[in-house]
Amino acid sequence: MKALRILIAIGRNTFTELVRQRVFFFLLIFALLVIGNSAFMARLSFQEQFQMLKDISLGAMSVFSSMLAILATAGFLPKDMEDRTIYTILAKPVPRWLYLLGKLTGIFSLLAVAVLLMAALFLGVLWMQESSVLAETRAHLQNASAEELAMALKEVTDSTFQANLIPGIIVIFLKAALLASLTLFISSFATSSIFTILMAAAVYFIGHLQSTARDYWLAGVDPEWWMRLLAAAVALVFPDLQAFNLTDDIIAGTAVPMTLFVETALLGLLYTTVYFTLAAFVFSGREL
Amino acid sequence: MKRRLVVAFGVLVVSGAALIPLQLLIGRSASEAHFRTTSFDIGLRERIGQTGFLAALSGFRSPLAAILWIEAHTAWENTEWGRMAGIFETVTTLQPRSLMYWDMASWHMAWNAAIAAMQNKEQRSEVLRLKARREYEEMGRYFLERGIANNPDRYQLYLQMGMLQRDRLENHCAAADAFLKASEFPDAPPYAARFAGYEMAKCPGREREAYLHLRRLYERGESQRLPSLINLLGEMENKLDIPRAERIGSSPSTPETGQN
Repeated sequence: MKALRILIAIGRNTFTELVRQRVFFFLLIFALLVIGNSAFMARLSFQEQFQMLKDISLGAMSVFSSMLAILATAGFLPKDMEDRTIYTILAKPVPRWLYLLGKLTGIFSLLAVAVLLMAALFLGVLWMQESSVLAETRAHLQNASAEELAMALKEVTDSTFQANLIPGIIVIFLKAALLASLTLFISSFATSSIFTILMAAAVYFIGHLQSTARDYWLAGVDPEWWMRLLAAAVALVFPDLQAFNLTDDIIAGTAVPMTLFVETALLGLLYTTVYFTLAAFVFSGREL
Repeated sequence: MKRRLVVAFGVLVVSGAALIPLQLLIGRSASEAHFRTTSFDIGLRERIGQTGFLAALSGFRSPLAAILWIEAHTAWENTEWGRMAGIFETVTTLQPRSLMYWDMASWHMAWNAAIAAMQNKEQRSEVLRLKARREYEEMGRYFLERGIANNPDRYQLYLQMGMLQRDRLENHCAAADAFLKASEFPDAPPYAARFAGYEMAKCPGREREAYLHLRRLYERGESQRLPSLINLLGEMENKLDIPRAERIGSSPSTPETGQN
């Protein structure tokens, strides 16, 4: 119970600190992107408008949440050491792993709020555009048969909101949480935040190629042992970030089966747990 | 700390190995659900450049496709048909599960570019204008064929293929097959089956099949009994010399169809 109180206190403090650093200002850029995009797309057909809006918005959500996860996590350990707040906290009976978990909880809360706000903005603009196109369609087809009108309206609604967008948005959050946990692990042994950010960014890019390296390694087709070893190293050390890219296909209208969503969520949770455990293990032996 | 770091990396490698079966399971589930069907080959790399390729690999396939689509729209406004075709090729490779891209790419080629080719005043030879028109129409068909190959589980592109075959290529037999295929999907609009019958009726040698198909639709009830369907059935009953007792309005029973 006491541990939970400490966890909540550190988490809340971290969240407040990040909010005070005005990290939510990036939402203005996101809003500009979404609203500006929809205004610019007015000359396209409604199917094109909806497709572009979904493509750009979900892509931006993924970029912003990943950047936020890496930058927010990379900065807190060096900052707490510089401010010496870490010494004040750890001088009390607060285990190091609990301190890290509290910090991570704060960052997860920030990511959840950011993703929710972006999703609300995106879905709001999508809903407004859909309402406008539906009203136009009804006005144009005043004299059409009920079947024709129903088909036309169905075509509009089919191109806009799909329930599949929700698991896609949840997976964007899980990917960001994984990246935050991974950045925390790097930060646990890094000497500067620049090193952490660079390493996390490199892992981000290599992580998207991990599945290619893994398949190549498991196929065992390369006669060179060192090539197989390199592929194995990439497959074993880096996370499979490509598994979290569901939105590209969700936007295209592909339905997400529940099994795929559950498996992806499970992978995200396992990666997050592994990276946090390793971060806590390394950090507990670090000289401060 | 160095020792802890070595242990941590050891655990990282072991965890990586332990998570591989789950990763493979996700890969299989994704493949079964038609996820991640994009082919990242050297052709795509050459078309979108190194930065674009990196972006596509990093999970930004859909925003990249959207940006390229806007570029194609600008090319359309400048009537740069060849450039548009190249961009469509890239966009559809990036997002092979997006029906809108296949549909619009085909429409731009088979309708807009083909009509523009016929109206091209700079080309004096009508034979060459016609040739150019046919080439664009074939390109439209090519986009739909590839779209169907990438989306065999959805009816929309079959429907578009039917319209293309009917309105541009004037191949009524192929149009009938495409509409028929679309109508087999449970979520297809009811007109897909009617269109299949109308086109089948224009396909030499398939008149009886068309009659049986349309008759079956007629028997489904009022929702399918549109004036064009009733008129066509009447014409076909005369043409096929259907006995009076079996004609529409004479008998409530459906004749044996034998096929769809």
